[in-house]
Amino acid sequence: MSPDSKPIAGIGKTLTVAMLVSLVCSLIVASATVLLRPLQAKNETLSRQQNILAAAGILRADQSVAEQFKRVEMRLVDLATGEYSDDIDLSKYDPQAAARDSVLGVNISAENDIAGLKRRGKHGVVYLVKHDGRIRYIILPVRGYGLWSTMYGYLALERNANTIAGLRFYQHGETPGLGAEIDNPDWLAQWTGKYVYDTDGKPVIEVIRGKVIADSISGATPGDAEYQVDGLAGATLTGRGVTNMLRYWLGADGYGPYLARIWDEHS
Amino acid sequence: MASKAKQVLLRPLIDENPITLQILGICSALAVTTSLLPSLLMSLSVITVIAFANASIGALRHHIPTNIRIIVQMTIIASLVIVADQMLKAFAYESSRQLSVFVGLIITNCIVLGRAEAFAMKNSVGLSFLDGLGNGIGYSLILILVASTRELFGSGTLLGYTILPSVSTGGWYEPNGLMLLPPSAFFIIGLIIWAIRSWKREQVEGPEFRIRHVHRTEEM
Repeated sequence: MSPDSKPIAGIGKTLTVAMLVSLVCSLIVASATVLLRPLQAKNETLSRQQNILAAAGILRADQSVAEQFKRVEMRLVDLATGEYSDDIDLSKYDPQAAARDSVLGVNISAENDIAGLKRRGKHGVVYLVKHDGRIRYIILPVRGYGLWSTMYGYLALERNANTIAGLRFYQHGETPGLGAEIDNPDWLAQWTGKYVYDTDGKPVIEVIRGKVIADSISGATPGDAEYQVDGLAGATLTGRGVTNMLRYWLGADGYGPYLARIWDEHS
Repeated sequence: MASKAKQVLLRPLIDENPITLQILGICSALAVTTSLLPSLLMSLSVITVIAFANASIGALRHHIPTNIRIIVQMTIIASLVIVADQMLKAFAYESSRQLSVFVGLIITNCIVLGRAEAFAMKNSVGLSFLDGLGNGIGYSLILILVASTRELFGSGTLLGYTILPSVSTGGWYEPNGLMLLPPSAFFIIGLIIWAIRSWKREQVEGPEFRIRHVHRTEEM
Protein backbone atom coordinates (compact mmCIF):
# COMPACT_ATOMS: atom_id res chain seq x y z
CA MET A 1 0.00 0.00 0.00
CA SER A 2 1.05 3.54 -0.58
CA PRO A 3 2.73 5.07 2.43
CA ASP A 4 0.62 8.25 2.43
CA SER A 5 -2.81 6.61 2.72
CA LYS A 6 -4.29 5.50 5.98
CA PRO A 7 -3.68 1.79 6.68
CA ILE A 8 -7.31 0.87 7.46
CA ALA A 9 -10.27 3.17 6.97
CA GLY A 10 -13.22 3.37 9.34
CA ILE A 11 -16.44 1.57 8.53
CA GLY A 12 -18.19 4.82 7.59
CA LYS A 13 -15.60 5.74 5.00
CA THR A 14 -15.46 2.18 3.66
CA LEU A 15 -19.22 2.17 3.11
CA THR A 16 -19.23 5.65 1.56
CA VAL A 17 -16.48 4.80 -0.91
CA ALA A 18 -18.15 1.49 -1.82
CA MET A 19 -21.51 3.21 -2.38
CA LEU A 20 -20.07 6.06 -4.42
CA VAL A 21 -17.94 3.79 -6.63
CA SER A 22 -20.94 1.51 -7.27
CA LEU A 23 -23.19 4.46 -8.02
CA VAL A 24 -20.80 6.09 -10.50
CA CYS A 25 -19.98 2.78 -12.18
CA SER A 26 -23.63 1.80 -12.54
CA LEU A 27 -24.44 5.20 -14.02
CA ILE A 28 -21.66 4.80 -16.60
CA VAL A 29 -22.71 1.25 -17.50
CA ALA A 30 -26.41 2.14 -17.66
CA SER A 31 -25.91 5.19 -19.86
CA ALA A 32 -23.58 3.28 -22.22
CA THR A 33 -26.20 0.54 -22.59
CA VAL A 34 -29.09 2.93 -23.11
CA LEU A 35 -27.25 5.23 -25.53
CA LEU A 36 -25.86 2.43 -27.65
CA ARG A 37 -29.05 0.33 -27.73
CA PRO A 38 -30.50 1.84 -30.95
CA LEU A 39 -27.23 1.28 -32.84
CA GLN A 40 -26.99 -2.29 -31.58
CA ALA A 41 -30.61 -3.02 -32.52
CA LYS A 42 -29.88 -1.71 -36.01
CA ASN A 43 -26.87 -4.02 -36.28
CA GLU A 44 -28.94 -6.98 -35.12
CA THR A 45 -31.65 -6.29 -37.70
CA LEU A 46 -29.06 -5.92 -40.42
CA SER A 47 -27.38 -9.15 -39.43
CA ARG A 48 -30.76 -10.95 -39.40
CA GLN A 49 -31.60 -9.62 -42.86
CA GLN A 50 -28.18 -10.67 -44.08
CA ASN A 51 -28.78 -14.19 -42.76
CA ILE A 52 -32.18 -14.40 -44.44
CA LEU A 53 -30.66 -13.40 -47.78
CA ALA A 54 -27.71 -15.73 -47.28
CA ALA A 55 -30.03 -18.66 -46.49
CA ALA A 56 -31.67 -18.24 -49.88
CA GLY A 57 -28.24 -17.84 -51.48
CA ILE A 58 -29.11 -14.42 -52.89
CA LEU A 59 -26.82 -12.26 -50.74
CA ARG A 60 -24.65 -10.09 -52.96
CA ALA A 61 -21.58 -8.19 -51.88
CA ASP A 62 -21.99 -5.26 -54.27
CA GLN A 63 -25.22 -3.91 -52.79
CA SER A 64 -26.16 -2.86 -49.28
CA VAL A 65 -28.09 -5.42 -47.25
CA ALA A 66 -30.94 -3.02 -46.55
CA GLU A 67 -31.30 -2.31 -50.29
CA GLN A 68 -31.34 -6.01 -51.15
CA PHE A 69 -33.81 -6.76 -48.38
CA LYS A 70 -36.41 -4.57 -50.09
CA ARG A 71 -37.04 -7.55 -52.37
CA VAL A 72 -38.11 -9.59 -49.39
CA GLU A 73 -41.75 -9.54 -48.35
CA MET A 74 -42.55 -10.44 -44.76
CA ARG A 75 -45.88 -12.12 -44.06
CA LEU A 76 -47.51 -13.67 -41.03
CA VAL A 77 -49.06 -17.12 -41.37
CA ASP A 78 -51.65 -18.74 -39.14
CA LEU A 79 -49.84 -22.02 -38.56
CA ALA A 80 -53.00 -24.05 -37.88
CA THR A 81 -54.74 -23.17 -41.16
CA GLY A 82 -51.75 -22.20 -43.30
CA GLU A 83 -53.50 -19.00 -44.40
CA TYR A 84 -51.87 -15.56 -44.35
CA SER A 85 -52.99 -13.51 -41.39
CA ASP A 86 -52.99 -9.72 -41.65
CA ASP A 87 -54.65 -8.72 -38.37
CA ILE A 88 -51.38 -8.43 -36.42
CA ASP A 89 -48.95 -5.57 -36.90
CA LEU A 90 -45.84 -7.20 -38.36
CA SER A 91 -43.43 -4.47 -37.39
CA LYS A 92 -44.10 -5.14 -33.72
CA TYR A 93 -44.38 -8.93 -33.95
CA ASP A 94 -41.71 -10.79 -31.99
CA PRO A 95 -41.93 -14.60 -32.39
CA GLN A 96 -40.17 -15.34 -29.09
CA ALA A 97 -42.41 -12.97 -27.13
CA ALA A 98 -45.49 -14.34 -28.90
CA ALA A 99 -44.56 -17.88 -27.84
CA ARG A 100 -44.56 -16.78 -24.19
CA ASP A 101 -47.74 -14.72 -24.56
CA SER A 102 -50.91 -16.32 -23.20
CA VAL A 103 -53.07 -15.13 -26.13
CA LEU A 104 -50.63 -15.26 -29.03
CA GLY A 105 -48.85 -18.47 -28.01
CA VAL A 106 -49.84 -22.12 -27.61
CA ASN A 107 -48.35 -25.11 -25.81
CA ILE A 108 -46.88 -27.75 -28.08
CA SER A 109 -48.16 -31.19 -27.09
CA ALA A 110 -45.45 -33.52 -25.81
CA GLU A 111 -45.72 -36.04 -28.70
CA ASN A 112 -45.37 -33.26 -31.28
CA ASP A 113 -42.60 -31.43 -29.47
CA ILE A 114 -39.64 -33.17 -31.09
CA ALA A 115 -37.66 -29.91 -31.25
CA GLY A 116 -37.91 -29.36 -27.46
CA LEU A 117 -39.59 -25.95 -27.68
CA LYS A 118 -42.56 -26.39 -25.26
CA ARG A 119 -44.36 -23.34 -26.66
CA ARG A 120 -44.69 -21.51 -29.98
CA GLY A 121 -46.64 -18.60 -31.39
CA LYS A 122 -49.96 -19.36 -33.08
CA HIS A 123 -48.54 -17.47 -36.03
CA GLY A 124 -45.31 -17.91 -37.88
CA VAL A 125 -43.31 -15.39 -39.91
CA VAL A 126 -42.43 -16.21 -43.51
CA TYR A 127 -40.12 -14.23 -45.77
CA LEU A 128 -40.98 -14.36 -49.45
CA VAL A 129 -38.65 -13.43 -52.27
CA LYS A 130 -40.69 -12.79 -55.39
CA HIS A 131 -39.67 -12.77 -59.01
CA ASP A 132 -42.07 -11.36 -61.64
CA GLY A 133 -44.88 -11.38 -59.08
CA ARG A 134 -44.45 -15.07 -58.30
CA ILE A 135 -42.85 -16.60 -55.24
CA ARG A 136 -39.21 -17.54 -55.89
CA TYR A 137 -37.99 -18.44 -52.41
CA ILE A 138 -39.80 -19.09 -49.14
CA ILE A 139 -37.64 -18.47 -46.09
CA LEU A 140 -38.77 -19.81 -42.73
CA PRO A 141 -37.32 -19.00 -39.33
CA VAL A 142 -36.56 -22.25 -37.51
CA ARG A 143 -35.40 -22.95 -34.00
CA GLY A 144 -34.87 -26.08 -31.98
CA TYR A 145 -32.85 -27.64 -29.21
CA GLY A 146 -29.45 -29.08 -30.10
CA LEU A 147 -27.11 -30.60 -27.56
CA TRP A 148 -26.68 -27.62 -25.20
CA SER A 149 -28.58 -24.74 -26.64
CA THR A 150 -31.46 -23.58 -28.74
CA MET A 151 -30.27 -23.20 -32.31
CA TYR A 152 -31.81 -20.38 -34.35
CA GLY A 153 -31.66 -20.30 -38.11
CA TYR A 154 -33.34 -19.71 -41.44
CA LEU A 155 -34.36 -22.36 -43.93
CA ALA A 156 -34.92 -21.28 -47.52
CA LEU A 157 -37.12 -23.38 -49.80
CA GLU A 158 -37.53 -23.18 -53.57
CA ARG A 159 -40.89 -22.12 -54.99
CA ASN A 160 -42.13 -25.74 -55.00
CA ALA A 161 -42.05 -25.65 -51.17
CA ASN A 162 -40.09 -28.89 -51.15
CA THR A 163 -36.55 -28.34 -52.45
CA ILE A 164 -34.15 -26.74 -49.98
CA ALA A 165 -32.40 -23.62 -51.29
CA GLY A 166 -30.22 -23.18 -48.24
CA LEU A 167 -29.88 -23.21 -44.46
CA ARG A 168 -28.11 -20.77 -42.11
CA PHE A 169 -27.83 -20.57 -38.36
CA TYR A 170 -27.51 -17.17 -36.74
CA GLN A 171 -27.37 -18.12 -33.10
CA HIS A 172 -26.49 -21.26 -31.16
CA GLY A 173 -24.27 -22.41 -28.31
CA GLU A 174 -23.13 -25.80 -29.59
CA THR A 175 -19.65 -27.19 -28.81
CA PRO A 176 -16.95 -25.24 -30.68
CA GLY A 177 -15.18 -27.49 -33.20
CA LEU A 178 -17.88 -30.20 -33.03
CA GLY A 179 -21.52 -29.14 -32.96
CA ALA A 180 -20.61 -25.56 -33.86
CA GLU A 181 -19.53 -26.91 -37.25
CA ILE A 182 -23.19 -26.44 -38.25
CA ASP A 183 -21.88 -23.01 -39.29
CA ASN A 184 -19.29 -24.57 -41.59
CA PRO A 185 -20.01 -23.32 -45.16
CA ASP A 186 -18.97 -26.66 -46.69
CA TRP A 187 -21.47 -28.53 -44.55
CA LEU A 188 -24.23 -25.98 -45.14
CA ALA A 189 -23.62 -26.17 -48.91
CA GLN A 190 -24.80 -29.80 -48.89
CA TRP A 191 -28.33 -28.77 -47.98
CA THR A 192 -28.96 -26.99 -51.25
CA GLY A 193 -31.02 -29.18 -53.56
CA LYS A 194 -32.14 -31.71 -50.94
CA TYR A 195 -35.83 -32.56 -50.66
CA VAL A 196 -37.91 -32.18 -47.52
CA TYR A 197 -41.04 -34.25 -48.15
CA ASP A 198 -41.38 -37.83 -49.34
CA THR A 199 -44.14 -38.86 -51.75
CA ASP A 200 -46.63 -39.11 -48.84
CA GLY A 201 -45.98 -35.48 -47.87
CA LYS A 202 -44.13 -36.41 -44.69
CA PRO A 203 -41.00 -34.40 -43.81
CA VAL A 204 -38.19 -36.94 -43.96
CA ILE A 205 -35.19 -34.62 -44.32
CA GLU A 206 -32.46 -35.93 -42.05
CA VAL A 207 -28.91 -35.40 -40.84
CA ILE A 208 -27.59 -38.95 -40.80
CA ARG A 209 -24.58 -40.41 -39.03
CA GLY A 210 -21.62 -40.64 -41.35
CA LYS A 211 -21.62 -39.93 -45.04
CA VAL A 212 -24.55 -40.00 -47.44
CA ILE A 213 -24.08 -42.66 -50.11
CA ALA A 214 -24.76 -40.70 -53.24
CA ASP A 215 -25.19 -43.48 -55.80
CA SER A 216 -28.94 -43.70 -55.15
CA ILE A 217 -29.39 -40.36 -56.91
CA SER A 218 -30.40 -41.65 -60.31
CA GLY A 219 -33.60 -42.36 -62.13
CA ALA A 220 -36.90 -40.53 -61.81
CA THR A 221 -37.86 -41.34 -58.22
CA PRO A 222 -35.65 -39.64 -55.66
CA GLY A 223 -33.59 -42.05 -53.59
CA ASP A 224 -32.90 -41.74 -49.87
CA ALA A 225 -29.80 -39.64 -50.48
CA GLU A 226 -31.99 -36.80 -51.67
CA TYR A 227 -33.42 -36.46 -48.16
CA GLN A 228 -30.12 -36.92 -46.35
CA VAL A 229 -27.24 -34.73 -45.26
CA ASP A 230 -23.85 -35.94 -43.93
CA GLY A 231 -23.49 -36.08 -40.17
CA LEU A 232 -20.85 -34.00 -38.43
CA ALA A 233 -18.13 -36.05 -36.75
CA GLY A 234 -18.49 -35.88 -32.96
CA ALA A 235 -21.80 -34.04 -33.17
CA THR A 236 -24.43 -36.78 -33.43
CA LEU A 237 -26.77 -35.11 -30.94
CA THR A 238 -26.49 -31.68 -32.56
CA GLY A 239 -27.27 -33.35 -35.90
CA ARG A 240 -30.29 -35.05 -34.38
CA GLY A 241 -31.37 -31.67 -33.02
CA VAL A 242 -31.13 -30.15 -36.51
CA THR A 243 -33.20 -33.04 -37.94
CA ASN A 244 -35.88 -32.67 -35.27
CA MET A 245 -35.95 -28.92 -35.61
CA LEU A 246 -36.54 -29.09 -39.38
CA ARG A 247 -39.05 -31.94 -39.14
CA TYR A 248 -41.01 -30.05 -36.51
CA TRP A 249 -41.21 -26.74 -38.37
CA LEU A 250 -41.87 -28.41 -41.72
CA GLY A 251 -44.37 -30.86 -40.21
CA ALA A 252 -48.11 -30.66 -39.56
CA ASP A 253 -47.65 -28.72 -36.30
CA GLY A 254 -45.35 -26.16 -37.93
CA TYR A 255 -45.44 -24.66 -41.42
CA GLY A 256 -46.74 -27.93 -42.96
CA PRO A 257 -50.28 -26.66 -43.75
CA TYR A 258 -48.91 -23.43 -45.22
CA LEU A 259 -46.34 -25.19 -47.38
CA ALA A 260 -48.97 -27.72 -48.56
CA ARG A 261 -51.06 -24.79 -49.73
CA ILE A 262 -48.10 -23.29 -51.65
CA TRP A 263 -47.38 -26.72 -53.12
CA ASP A 264 -50.98 -27.01 -54.38
CA GLU A 265 -50.86 -23.54 -55.89
CA HIS A 266 -47.55 -24.30 -57.56
CA SER A 267 -48.56 -27.58 -59.19
CA MET B 1 9.77 13.41 -14.54
CA ALA B 2 9.61 13.30 -18.32
CA SER B 3 12.16 10.49 -18.44
CA LYS B 4 10.21 8.60 -15.75
CA ALA B 5 7.03 8.92 -17.81
CA LYS B 6 8.86 7.67 -20.88
CA GLN B 7 10.18 4.71 -18.94
CA VAL B 8 6.76 3.85 -17.54
CA LEU B 9 5.33 3.89 -21.04
CA LEU B 10 8.15 2.08 -22.86
CA ARG B 11 9.43 -0.53 -20.41
CA PRO B 12 6.33 -2.80 -20.68
CA LEU B 13 6.74 -3.02 -24.46
CA ILE B 14 9.68 -5.44 -24.37
CA ASP B 15 11.71 -5.23 -21.17
CA GLU B 16 8.73 -5.93 -18.90
CA ASN B 17 6.26 -7.25 -21.43
CA PRO B 18 3.22 -8.64 -19.58
CA ILE B 19 2.97 -11.72 -21.80
CA THR B 20 6.58 -12.68 -22.45
CA LEU B 21 8.15 -11.70 -19.13
CA GLN B 22 5.31 -11.93 -16.65
CA ILE B 23 3.45 -14.67 -18.60
CA LEU B 24 0.06 -13.05 -17.91
CA GLY B 25 -3.03 -12.88 -20.11
CA ILE B 26 -2.18 -16.08 -21.99
CA CYS B 27 -5.80 -17.32 -22.12
CA SER B 28 -7.06 -14.61 -24.45
CA ALA B 29 -3.81 -14.67 -26.42
CA LEU B 30 -4.56 -18.30 -27.31
CA ALA B 31 -8.24 -17.80 -28.01
CA VAL B 32 -8.58 -14.73 -30.21
CA THR B 33 -5.41 -14.93 -32.29
CA THR B 34 -6.63 -17.19 -35.12
CA SER B 35 -7.05 -14.11 -37.30
CA LEU B 36 -5.75 -10.59 -37.21
CA LEU B 37 -8.92 -8.44 -37.17
CA PRO B 38 -10.43 -9.80 -33.91
CA SER B 39 -6.96 -9.57 -32.34
CA LEU B 40 -6.70 -5.89 -33.28
CA LEU B 41 -10.10 -5.19 -31.72
CA MET B 42 -9.23 -7.23 -28.65
CA SER B 43 -5.96 -5.26 -28.35
CA LEU B 44 -7.80 -1.97 -28.64
CA SER B 45 -10.30 -3.02 -25.97
CA VAL B 46 -7.58 -4.18 -23.59
CA ILE B 47 -5.49 -1.02 -24.08
CA THR B 48 -8.54 1.17 -23.38
CA VAL B 49 -9.66 -0.84 -20.38
CA ILE B 50 -6.21 -0.99 -18.70
CA ALA B 51 -5.42 2.67 -19.37
CA PHE B 52 -8.69 4.01 -17.99
CA ALA B 53 -8.89 1.49 -15.14
CA ASN B 54 -5.35 2.49 -14.10
CA ALA B 55 -6.15 6.21 -14.38
CA SER B 56 -9.35 5.99 -12.31
CA ILE B 57 -7.72 3.84 -9.67
CA GLY B 58 -4.75 6.18 -9.61
CA ALA B 59 -7.14 9.09 -9.04
CA LEU B 60 -8.94 7.33 -6.19
CA ARG B 61 -5.87 5.74 -4.63
CA HIS B 62 -5.92 7.88 -1.44
CA HIS B 63 -9.62 7.22 -0.89
CA ILE B 64 -9.85 3.50 -1.54
CA PRO B 65 -9.95 1.74 1.84
CA THR B 66 -7.30 -1.01 2.01
CA ASN B 67 -9.73 -3.70 3.13
CA ILE B 68 -12.03 -3.38 0.11
CA ARG B 69 -9.48 -2.26 -2.49
CA ILE B 70 -9.68 -5.38 -4.69
CA ILE B 71 -13.47 -5.15 -4.85
CA VAL B 72 -13.32 -1.47 -5.78
CA GLN B 73 -10.71 -2.20 -8.47
CA MET B 74 -12.81 -5.04 -9.87
CA THR B 75 -15.94 -2.87 -9.96
CA ILE B 76 -14.15 -0.19 -11.94
CA ILE B 77 -12.55 -2.70 -14.32
CA ALA B 78 -15.83 -4.60 -14.82
CA SER B 79 -17.73 -1.39 -15.64
CA LEU B 80 -15.11 -0.38 -18.23
CA VAL B 81 -15.21 -3.85 -19.79
CA ILE B 82 -19.01 -3.71 -20.13
CA VAL B 83 -18.75 -0.30 -21.78
CA ALA B 84 -16.06 -1.62 -24.18
CA ASP B 85 -18.23 -4.65 -24.98
CA GLN B 86 -21.29 -2.49 -25.69
CA MET B 87 -19.19 -0.21 -27.91
CA LEU B 88 -17.97 -3.16 -29.96
CA LYS B 89 -21.54 -4.45 -30.34
CA ALA B 90 -22.59 -1.02 -31.58
CA PHE B 91 -19.68 -0.21 -33.90
CA ALA B 92 -18.06 -3.54 -34.86
CA TYR B 93 -20.93 -6.01 -34.69
CA GLU B 94 -19.51 -8.82 -36.86
CA SER B 95 -16.17 -8.89 -35.06
CA SER B 96 -17.83 -8.63 -31.66
CA ARG B 97 -19.66 -11.85 -32.49
CA GLN B 98 -16.34 -13.51 -33.27
CA LEU B 99 -14.82 -12.26 -30.02
CA SER B 100 -17.97 -13.37 -28.16
CA VAL B 101 -17.14 -14.02 -24.52
CA PHE B 102 -13.52 -12.96 -24.69
CA VAL B 103 -14.22 -9.26 -24.39
CA GLY B 104 -16.24 -9.95 -21.24
CA LEU B 105 -13.33 -12.03 -19.99
CA ILE B 106 -10.99 -9.01 -20.04
CA ILE B 107 -12.32 -8.58 -16.50
CA THR B 108 -10.41 -11.71 -15.51
CA ASN B 109 -7.29 -10.78 -17.51
CA CYS B 110 -4.57 -10.80 -14.85
CA ILE B 111 -2.71 -7.91 -16.51
CA VAL B 112 -5.52 -5.44 -15.75
CA LEU B 113 -5.95 -6.23 -12.07
CA GLY B 114 -2.18 -6.77 -11.76
CA ARG B 115 -1.36 -3.24 -12.99
CA ALA B 116 -4.13 -1.69 -10.86
CA GLU B 117 -2.85 -3.35 -7.72
CA ALA B 118 0.89 -3.11 -8.39
CA PHE B 119 1.13 0.31 -10.02
CA ALA B 120 -2.01 2.47 -9.97
CA MET B 121 -2.49 2.15 -6.18
CA LYS B 122 0.91 3.81 -5.66
CA ASN B 123 1.20 6.33 -8.51
CA SER B 124 -0.38 9.49 -9.86
CA VAL B 125 -3.18 9.57 -12.42
CA GLY B 126 -0.91 10.51 -15.33
CA LEU B 127 1.75 7.91 -14.60
CA SER B 128 -0.90 5.23 -14.00
CA PHE B 129 -2.54 6.05 -17.32
CA LEU B 130 0.82 5.77 -19.12
CA ASP B 131 1.59 2.51 -17.35
CA GLY B 132 -1.78 1.13 -18.47
CA LEU B 133 -1.15 2.32 -22.00
CA GLY B 134 2.32 0.74 -22.03
CA ASN B 135 1.14 -2.58 -20.69
CA GLY B 136 -1.83 -2.64 -23.05
CA ILE B 137 0.44 -1.95 -26.01
CA GLY B 138 2.94 -4.55 -24.80
CA TYR B 139 0.13 -7.11 -24.68
CA SER B 140 -1.09 -6.00 -28.11
CA LEU B 141 2.34 -6.31 -29.73
CA ILE B 142 2.51 -9.99 -28.85
CA LEU B 143 -1.15 -10.55 -29.77
CA ILE B 144 -0.68 -8.98 -33.20
CA LEU B 145 2.56 -10.87 -33.82
CA VAL B 146 0.92 -14.20 -32.91
CA ALA B 147 -2.26 -13.43 -34.86
CA SER B 148 -0.38 -12.37 -38.02
CA THR B 149 1.66 -15.57 -37.95
CA ARG B 150 -1.41 -17.75 -37.36
CA GLU B 151 -3.61 -16.12 -39.98
CA LEU B 152 -0.83 -15.99 -42.58
CA PHE B 153 0.25 -19.62 -42.25
CA GLY B 154 -3.12 -21.03 -41.16
CA SER B 155 -5.33 -19.45 -43.82
CA GLY B 156 -2.85 -17.76 -46.18
CA THR B 157 -4.51 -14.39 -45.59
CA LEU B 158 -3.94 -11.21 -43.56
CA LEU B 159 -6.98 -9.20 -42.44
CA GLY B 160 -8.95 -11.34 -44.90
CA TYR B 161 -6.80 -10.39 -47.92
CA THR B 162 -5.12 -13.30 -49.67
CA ILE B 163 -1.32 -13.23 -49.34
CA LEU B 164 -0.53 -16.87 -50.00
CA PRO B 165 -3.18 -18.26 -52.41
CA SER B 166 -4.27 -21.59 -50.92
CA VAL B 167 -4.64 -24.88 -52.79
CA SER B 168 -8.41 -25.02 -52.22
CA THR B 169 -8.85 -21.77 -54.17
CA GLY B 170 -6.48 -22.84 -56.95
CA GLY B 171 -3.22 -21.45 -55.54
CA TRP B 172 -0.06 -23.22 -54.42
CA TYR B 173 -0.11 -22.80 -50.63
CA GLU B 174 -1.20 -25.72 -48.46
CA PRO B 175 -2.57 -24.06 -45.28
CA ASN B 176 -1.15 -25.33 -42.00
CA GLY B 177 -4.21 -26.43 -40.02
CA LEU B 178 -2.23 -26.58 -36.77
CA MET B 179 -1.90 -22.78 -36.89
CA LEU B 180 -5.65 -22.45 -36.40
CA LEU B 181 -5.65 -24.60 -33.26
CA PRO B 182 -4.86 -23.16 -29.80
CA PRO B 183 -1.58 -25.10 -29.26
CA SER B 184 0.08 -23.19 -32.10
CA ALA B 185 -0.30 -19.96 -30.10
CA PHE B 186 1.62 -21.65 -27.27
CA PHE B 187 4.43 -22.59 -29.66
CA ILE B 188 4.59 -19.10 -31.18
CA ILE B 189 4.56 -17.37 -27.79
CA GLY B 190 7.28 -19.80 -26.68
CA LEU B 191 9.41 -18.92 -29.69
CA ILE B 192 8.89 -15.19 -29.10
CA ILE B 193 9.97 -15.58 -25.46
CA TRP B 194 13.04 -17.53 -26.61
CA ALA B 195 13.91 -14.82 -29.14
CA ILE B 196 13.46 -11.97 -26.64
CA ARG B 197 15.48 -13.73 -23.95
CA SER B 198 18.31 -14.49 -26.39
CA TRP B 199 18.41 -10.80 -27.22
CA LYS B 200 17.90 -9.48 -23.68
CA ARG B 201 19.98 -11.85 -21.56
CA GLU B 202 18.93 -10.15 -18.31
CA GLN B 203 15.40 -11.56 -18.69
CA VAL B 204 16.66 -15.11 -18.33
CA GLU B 205 15.66 -16.37 -14.92
CA GLY B 206 18.29 -18.01 -12.75
CA PRO B 207 17.82 -21.72 -12.17
CA GLU B 208 15.64 -22.45 -9.14
CA PHE B 209 18.13 -25.00 -7.88
CA ARG B 210 21.51 -26.36 -8.93
CA ILE B 211 22.72 -29.88 -9.20
CA ARG B 212 25.90 -30.06 -7.15
CA HIS B 213 28.73 -31.92 -8.79
CA VAL B 214 30.40 -34.37 -6.52
CA HIS B 215 33.91 -35.26 -7.57
CA ARG B 216 35.10 -38.71 -6.99
CA THR B 217 38.04 -37.49 -5.04
CA GLU B 218 35.73 -35.71 -2.62
CA GLU B 219 34.45 -37.55 0.37
CA MET B 220 30.73 -38.32 0.17
